[in-house]
Amino acid sequence: MITAERKPLEEILAYIEPYDRILLVGCNECVTVCAAGGRKEVAILSSALQMARMKEGRTLDVRELTLERQCDPEYVEELVKDIDQAEAVVSMACGCGVQEVAKRFKSTPVFPAVNTKFMGASERQGVWAERCQGCGECVLGLTGGICPVARCSKRLLNGPCGGSSNGKCEISPDVDCAWQLIWDRMKALGIEDRYEEIVAAKDWRTSRDGGPRRIIREDLAS
Amino acid sequence: MKTVSALESVLTSGNLAVTSECGPPRGAVPEKIREKAEMLRGYVDGINVTDNQTAVVRMSSLAACIIIRQMGLQPILQMVTRDRNRLAMQSDIIGAYAHDIHTMLCLSGDHPHFGDHPMAANVYDLDSIQLIQTVRKMRDEGKFQGGDDIVNPPKMFIGAAANPFADPFELRVARLAKKVNAGVDFIQTQCIYNLDKFETWMSGVRDRGLHDKVYILAGITPLKSAGMAKYMKNRVPGMDVPDEVVKRMAGVPKEKQAEEGIKIAVEDIQRLKEVEGVSGFHIMAIEWEQKVPEIVERAGLLPRPEV
Amino acid sequence: MSDFKPVIIGFCCHYCAYTAADMAGSMRLCYPSNVKIVKVPCSGKVSAVHILKALQNGADGVFVAGCLEGDCHFKDGNIKAAKRVSYAQKILDEIGIGAERVEMMTLSAGMGKQFAQAASDFTEKIKSMGPNPVKQVLIKKAQNAM
Repeated sequence: MITAERKPLEEILAYIEPYDRILLVGCNECVTVCAAGGRKEVAILSSALQMARMKEGRTLDVRELTLERQCDPEYVEELVKDIDQAEAVVSMACGCGVQEVAKRFKSTPVFPAVNTKFMGASERQGVWAERCQGCGECVLGLTGGICPVARCSKRLLNGPCGGSSNGKCEISPDVDCAWQLIWDRMKALGIEDRYEEIVAAKDWRTSRDGGPRRIIREDLAS
Repeated sequence: MKTVSALESVLTSGNLAVTSECGPPRGAVPEKIREKAEMLRGYVDGINVTDNQTAVVRMSSLAACIIIRQMGLQPILQMVTRDRNRLAMQSDIIGAYAHDIHTMLCLSGDHPHFGDHPMAANVYDLDSIQLIQTVRKMRDEGKFQGGDDIVNPPKMFIGAAANPFADPFELRVARLAKKVNAGVDFIQTQCIYNLDKFETWMSGVRDRGLHDKVYILAGITPLKSAGMAKYMKNRVPGMDVPDEVVKRMAGVPKEKQAEEGIKIAVEDIQRLKEVEGVSGFHIMAIEWEQKVPEIVERAGLLPRPEV
Repeated sequence: MSDFKPVIIGFCCHYCAYTAADMAGSMRLCYPSNVKIVKVPCSGKVSAVHILKALQNGADGVFVAGCLEGDCHFKDGNIKAAKRVSYAQKILDEIGIGAERVEMMTLSAGMGKQFAQAASDFTEKIKSMGPNPVKQVLIKKAQNAM
């Protein structure tokens, strides 16, 4: 999923400083799974923002809403009935959702309440880790299912580097050396001889380096 | 010979080669480079210039190499893939060649996490092995990585690093094999304190005949103090400093430790000379360059062959 | 502020904390009447949002009381509760309301005396901190409504 973490409250309060009536919109998908911007988090943030205002002797009117997701215009459209009562929207969705809301409601300021982090998976309850960089040309078939682009700190395609130590990356004992993981997986799969095949220089055009990307499905596009 | 590199010349003649290292200054102080390089004149066949080592900004390796070349000495251009994309790297390689620089080392580079700009964007467009392939393609095919022809292509003697002490150990020979297949001509190893482990690695290297395909220069860094030995042992990733070495350094009074460190370095060189497949030595005396001449002399590596 | 009568909400788990509170009552041990007890099946039922909403609606202090570590009837509800209390405390510090207005307590069902003591201590602490600053707005609202 796309993971995110709530921004510091101070920052969010600064965004909504001039406003007394806001629409606080959560998202029921990725940010719900990583407990950053779902229904629950909307309730918590709403209470926190209101109390912060009340402490100053001011009020804040918060209309709480959680959409199925914010990255599809059909769902964003549901905000139409509430948008006029709001002076601003604070979205707890990932950057994709925030942009879609801002695009639909051009004359209402829209602010992000979370910092979108990475595409990842749950390691265990409450812990999410980066897994995919969206490079556009998946090499997982060559590396036993472990991504060197996302999980090697230096995104080496022919790793490991000389800093790998006890299965950990040189930058931190909390970060696994992706190439140790890949090598272990290759052994488990019996494909160790693959290790010496040189992976040629990557064509980064399929990645964000080639410019903002788009997928068009002719069979589906109207 | 593939190039006019002085280092290649010494190695192909069957002599043991000696290289050393210069760390450029953290500012526009060319005299610092000249000072350090001058100390090595007559004692080495090539002088590595590090490239923003430990991800700390220093004068560029290329600029410092040019200064050294202008002194009539032989620089070895170190290039990390951390800071430059393939355009910039190929551009610098042509530039280096235009300044009569013929030897380079291809590295990935320490992660910015360690340096003075941890907030920088990492490049890592290529890794060290892909860079080796690129430099070889420039030299042997006269083409850029992207495929276009190069006008007067650079003919570089291509080096890389090897670390027999990093994990996983079982991969370290295979890693060398990969670099050899990519086209590397010579290797400089990480500094060696655990000679047994190094010899184990070398025997794996020989089993695969790699020592016939690439020149291996054993890395030597003299210890200045017991404190340095401990630091290297505990705080530097990919470094193997056996307890006996630390003990030996600590067993000597502080004023005598530097001398003990030099003694160890010289002894290690003498032992490594006997290891089949070792073609020379890469002496890295960081901020202690003045000791290199003494080490080279005491290890019986003088005079350096004329090229 | 000597006439400040704090409103304390105490979320008490049925198995230990509530029973301890009950015992305090039957032992005729006094604890301040400011403490309003909300019985929950397990302290793990309490979410951060319950704590925040209690304060938002005018409580001056909130505590969550559960079983002693290792004794939770539902295995680790009390551990979860403690984590959520910490989480709520962080938020309260961030907005300047103060982490000290919330506390996690653990006791066994037989600790009637300790419950009374803890409830008193907490009430005293909140008294010395003064009223929850959000109340000024609630009071104003109430006055305007009259």
